[in-house]
Amino acid sequence: MKQLRKYLKNVNFIVGAGILSFYLIMMVVSFFYTPYDVNSMDIAGKLQPPSADHWFGTDEFGRDIFSRIMNGTQTAFFVGAFAVGIGMVFGTLIGAAAGYIGGWVDEIFMRMIDALMAFPGIILALMLVAVFGTGMINTAIALGIIAIPGIARIARSGVIQQKEAEYVLAAKLAGLRPWKIIMKHILPNILSPLIVAGSVAFAVAMLAEAGLSYLGLGVQPPDPSWGRMLKDAQSYIVSAPWYTFAPGITITLFVLGFYMLSNALRDFHDVRSK
Amino acid sequence: MALLLRKILLFLITIALVSVITFAVFQVIPGDPVRIMLGPEADEVQVETLEKQLGLDKPLHVQYANWIGGLFTGDLGQSIRFSQPVIDLIIDRLPVTLSLAFLSLSIVIVVAIPLGIFLAKRQNKGSDIVFSALTQLGMAIPAFWLGMLLMIYIGMRFDFFSISGYVPWSVSIEGALGSLLLPAITIAIPQIAITFRYVRNTVIDQMKLDYVRTLRSKGIQESIVIYKHVLRNSMVPILTVLGLIFVEVVAGTVIVEQVFGLPGLGSLLVTSISYRDFPLVQGIVMYITIMVVVVNFVIDMLYTMLDPRIRLR
Repeated sequence: MKQLRKYLKNVNFIVGAGILSFYLIMMVVSFFYTPYDVNSMDIAGKLQPPSADHWFGTDEFGRDIFSRIMNGTQTAFFVGAFAVGIGMVFGTLIGAAAGYIGGWVDEIFMRMIDALMAFPGIILALMLVAVFGTGMINTAIALGIIAIPGIARIARSGVIQQKEAEYVLAAKLAGLRPWKIIMKHILPNILSPLIVAGSVAFAVAMLAEAGLSYLGLGVQPPDPSWGRMLKDAQSYIVSAPWYTFAPGITITLFVLGFYMLSNALRDFHDVRSK
Repeated sequence: MALLLRKILLFLITIALVSVITFAVFQVIPGDPVRIMLGPEADEVQVETLEKQLGLDKPLHVQYANWIGGLFTGDLGQSIRFSQPVIDLIIDRLPVTLSLAFLSLSIVIVVAIPLGIFLAKRQNKGSDIVFSALTQLGMAIPAFWLGMLLMIYIGMRFDFFSISGYVPWSVSIEGALGSLLLPAITIAIPQIAITFRYVRNTVIDQMKLDYVRTLRSKGIQESIVIYKHVLRNSMVPILTVLGLIFVEVVAGTVIVEQVFGLPGLGSLLVTSISYRDFPLVQGIVMYITIMVVVVNFVIDMLYTMLDPRIRLR
């Protein structure tokens, strides 16, 4: 109860969680219902400005933009969750193992991480997409790979801080295998920074997905993507400048929600930011 | 001295690993890259010719050695799409990307550092929340949308700006600025949002230290305390963050060049991926990343040499 009250006092938490719940509801609803069919075209009614019938207007094929935005939440959550999932699982495993083993293994690991982090994120993403190809799954995998080094570094430093603790020594004396010690005893103690890193990674992945899709190298039609909508909208910024607003605001709010949530989590768990 | 040597060694290792990664990633292309590049209609002779041309008939370590050697001599092979040396294409596009990146970085420095210092002198709880919100908003706005907004509300209203295309500096300085300023601002805004708050917090932290109290109690003017002492001590953390900002700025050019139709390295990279021009993609990725690593290394060296506390450690 006390915990809950603490959460509700935090502006970042309220706004961030509020925004994300709104998107989650939108996603769930979009599976059953959208105001218009997302693919039904109506050339006569193309590029209509926002109105009571079409809240966000219609696109160049006369499709309802609001319905397409709703549908896009599915892609956003899927790509984000998939990428963060890959990043969390592999990042934690690799980082924790390197930190626990230490020595040469750790040194080699750190050099690899440094090298991977030397690439600007979008460049690494583009290189992976060039090799594996575009599309929703490949984009999600590429963004997951990019999330690995950052999370691995956090897992590693957490494990290094914890591994001299007495409870670890006790577990060692009890004859537990290193693997069990890491997974069952150390991991729960370093979960907070990992969760914060995960929610930041979600925001970063979503922004990168929008960027790749904007470049035409991310999610491909018919899968809906807000980034791609913006790419389409750009052709009409003279005749229909409002077209860019719905996808632009949608992406911004979504990413903002995750940043605010991660900041709130950081405050609660007293995770020092770098 | 030992620290300097270690840093130089780490720098070289990073460059080496970056090159290995860039090389290795293109070895795992599913299927035969040559066939992918040529398309399904290619016959055996064409495949073999291209393989030979790209040196793909040699063993892997020889291929890597050739490639890395080419990195230094500037011979990164031929672009498939343009049938021109990769290095010529890169050099051709480099001025656009470099002008954009450095213009952007200058805007960040000129705006964010004075703003951060100014705001550090006027701190209170309420402004903390506002600045934190601004920073988060700045990080959340996708650059390509921000670019479109600037285009709609500024670019299309003033003749000074061209909203698409690039005018070289040698043709007209005004024209070059007109084509680069909006994209540079687009890249700079999110980075300003991050940097100004960082500068402000660093300066505020410094002002809590004993030496500031001592200076003030000696009766030294507040402006001298801040500009001569506090700022100097804040320089090391600010320089570090500027290194990170530079990485973000370079990354930003890739997407923003596309928004404003600038013929830079980023837009070349994007189109080369669509055309499956792998030698060109590999070359661009490598040179952009090396540039970023080198700049960060130089910054690292700079403050190692500037700050005796770090130098003597």
